[in-house]
Amino acid sequence: MEETNTKDPEYYLRVVDCQWGCPAHTDVPEYIRLIAQGRFTDAYMVNRHSNVFPGVLGRVCDRPCEPACRRGRVEEEPVAICRLKRVAADLRDDVKDRLPDIPKVKNGKKIACVGAGTASLTVANDLMPLGYEVTIFEAHDTAGGLMRTNIPSFRLPANVLDEEIDMIVDMGVDLRLNSPIQSMKALLAEGYDAVFVGSGAPKGKNLEIPGRYDAEDQIHIGIDWLEGVAFDHIKEIGENVIIIGGGNTAMDCCRTSLRLGGKNVVVAARKPREYLKASDWELDDAMEELVEFKLCHSPKEFVLEDGKLKGMTFEKLEYYHDENGRLKNNYIEDVFVPADAVILAVGQENAFPWIERDIGLEFNEWEEPILNEETFESSLEGVFFGGDAALGPKNIIWAVEQGHQAAISIHQHCQGRDKTNRPPKRMNLISQKMSLHEWSYHNDYNPSARRQMNHVELTERFKELDIEVELGFDPEQTALEVQRCLNCDVQTVFTTNLCIECDACIDICPVDCLTITENGPEEDLRQRLKAPADNTDEPLYVSSALKHTGRVMVKDEDICVHCGLCAERCPTAAWDMQKSCLSDPQAVDEELLWQASQPKSA
Amino acid sequence: MSYIAKPKVAHPKLPRNDLGLTRRDYEGGMSTLCAGCGHDACTAAITQAAFELSIPPHRFAKMSGIGCSSKTTAYFMGNSHGFNSVHGRMPSVATGANAANQDLHYIGVSGDGDSLSIGMGQFAHAIRRNLNMTYIIENNGVYGLTKGQFSASADVGTKAKKGEMNEQPPIDPVSTAITLGATFVARSFSGDKDQLVPLIKAALSHKGFALVDVLSPCVTFNDHEDSTKSYAYTRQFYHPAIHTDFVPPAQSIEATYNESGTANIELHDGSQILLRKVQDDYDPTNKANILNHIQSKQQDGEFLTGLLYIDEGQKDFHALNKTVSTPLNAVPYQELCPGSDALESVLARYK
Repeated sequence: MEETNTKDPEYYLRVVDCQWGCPAHTDVPEYIRLIAQGRFTDAYMVNRHSNVFPGVLGRVCDRPCEPACRRGRVEEEPVAICRLKRVAADLRDDVKDRLPDIPKVKNGKKIACVGAGTASLTVANDLMPLGYEVTIFEAHDTAGGLMRTNIPSFRLPANVLDEEIDMIVDMGVDLRLNSPIQSMKALLAEGYDAVFVGSGAPKGKNLEIPGRYDAEDQIHIGIDWLEGVAFDHIKEIGENVIIIGGGNTAMDCCRTSLRLGGKNVVVAARKPREYLKASDWELDDAMEELVEFKLCHSPKEFVLEDGKLKGMTFEKLEYYHDENGRLKNNYIEDVFVPADAVILAVGQENAFPWIERDIGLEFNEWEEPILNEETFESSLEGVFFGGDAALGPKNIIWAVEQGHQAAISIHQHCQGRDKTNRPPKRMNLISQKMSLHEWSYHNDYNPSARRQMNHVELTERFKELDIEVELGFDPEQTALEVQRCLNCDVQTVFTTNLCIECDACIDICPVDCLTITENGPEEDLRQRLKAPADNTDEPLYVSSALKHTGRVMVKDEDICVHCGLCAERCPTAAWDMQKSCLSDPQAVDEELLWQASQPKSA
Repeated sequence: MSYIAKPKVAHPKLPRNDLGLTRRDYEGGMSTLCAGCGHDACTAAITQAAFELSIPPHRFAKMSGIGCSSKTTAYFMGNSHGFNSVHGRMPSVATGANAANQDLHYIGVSGDGDSLSIGMGQFAHAIRRNLNMTYIIENNGVYGLTKGQFSASADVGTKAKKGEMNEQPPIDPVSTAITLGATFVARSFSGDKDQLVPLIKAALSHKGFALVDVLSPCVTFNDHEDSTKSYAYTRQFYHPAIHTDFVPPAQSIEATYNESGTANIELHDGSQILLRKVQDDYDPTNKANILNHIQSKQQDGEFLTGLLYIDEGQKDFHALNKTVSTPLNAVPYQELCPGSDALESVLARYK
């Protein structure tokens, strides 16, 4: 193998699995260390820099960081990263004085954002400190978008959302509530320097089966129904409720039903559990509340009597894999399930009835805007998209990241610079060595198991819709959970020409990730390492030829626990523990953006 | 010395041996030796060899004397028997232990000071008795524990860290052991586990005295430019005479090897040592020839390494002394101590 180029910022970033897994590259190990030191406000600000809504995301993030977490490979359970984020958000002090200064003298550029959801708010957050005048048009009478309308208050209390939205709006954003945009053409005519569309994916998918339109008041579209609940338009539901679908919206619908009078709440999904789209923890929470799951049930028809919904008939299926490994099913029987109400949570899509099709903004065959996936600019110059409106429904953290990227593009656009020339990521490495065997991070391995979140008792939680079910970590849980973090950002950095091949690092490594051997192609090398290196998703580090024997030092990054013993036992300091600090440019890094836009001089 | 102990966490896919144990189950306490000490690599090689042989850790007895090397028995196989004895007196204690219980695997770890100076006499007589043990000398040419004075294995012309030159001739444990009648003599290097681990496995399977002299650099006091026992010097001048592979009894050799230029030697327990000749004219059973080779390489400033001599045909200590094969702790008390009447009848024979 070629010598690993550790100067490429991507290499060490990839080692920090959580940060790599997070679309916004939140510096997770850093904020966990800050929480460990009781510096909750600092931890909050590290979060806010990358993900803008730590209080919200600390509760309802889709947490791609957790399946990525190395701890989950070393043991079974990853670090409870999302829960720790909430600890920082719950225990922080006032952060007003830490928010960026907003210039009194504006730069003269006006930006319009459509929809006051995650993506638009992120764009405003990034552009206000640069002197832009940002106007957000919102159809509802509150801001927050799907965070407000689709996430029930027992998972995300309104005050948490309000506070984080206010931080942005208070920067001087011109937030116009109850102002749905009816025409893109008209909006463009108002003379904004750029338009950002962050209108989400507000259209719930339908289920066209017999009887669908025969009892309209008993059959609901999931996200519309949740929105009705969020705005107090819907206050009750029948005793027998069926939710169709296996995603997170279905979980929110079934748990909300329980709080509005549902007694027998059934979630029916076509596929077996392992194919359900809902996150494991959301499924667990629904099961804890004794929601009944009817899996492998395919909806056949709505059953009505005298114009009233009586229930639904399902085809019960049995799944198997054919010889090509494809999932197939057999019909077993029809099953009737009684219901007074049915909620369809079978997906959602973006919809742009308000964008005229003759203004030069092109759509693809699925009626999605055609975008440059790097700049998020549409085919109409100066019109950008982000969040669910851009590339279809994802989740909050993706919407934040797309907002950051769109903000960079909008800034470059307004300054008349090349939008496609994105500023590169940069990486700093800082040695953590304090003295002979002392590091500026806690390097001992804590074998504790993942802490479990405490919930409000089942007997209490249904009394009000907005009783937050998760209680948050108590100090003891927090103290243990922070120690489970392996500090993957404290990198093992190797200096080849210092190595005397004494084997000390190899012998001490508790997880056998080091080997000195003859170089070879990656596939061959992976066979010859000290412990099985069959996780090809994780990179191998390969040094240049060692000076005594010409062999190479190979490190399998897969399950390194970053204990630093290789560096402690190295007599020549060929190994050092160095913290990687990622600089992932945002619109506020004006200087970087400017540099990136300059033509490369010879 | 490190502040934190090696964490118990291990690679989830670490291989297991026939007993279901991983290599981590053969580890001991955290080393307090200097970072980069060759002895730590020897410890790792012993750990690996014992793991690969699938011998339960509690069937080992670790014997040692005094010195950096002798400390290392604390760093492997935490769940075994051990005796850390007086300086240079480990062979006597090992002899006594072995006499009482020949069912354990005896592994002695000593140094060049412990074996070639204060314990030279003990070392010689354990060899003569062909005591069934593996005797590892972690040989670094200095007294590291007392800040780097020359030991009896320091080469002529080698310099101490402060520049003083050694002018006394070295004692070569390998030639000495062959001359004294050792039945298994090997030399290796702490920095070459591919060579060292199979040698330790073969030594543990050999019935009789097995010496493994390991060049094990002292990273603190003897790893400088003018040293002949530094990592750099050893790497440059160590000369594998013969490559040794160890094949356990159950495994078929044919299935493992099919190359020419190999020879195999069967050990008493049915395991085999497979020799791949690196140097064509080297025959590890021809004593006269071997001493000649070792001497000539030494004159060239090279260290001949590998399994240098083996003789499976000699009786061990117990066979020579016609002892009872049962460990004494398993002999019923009445037989072990038959009482004063029995003593009287024995004494009567000499009256």
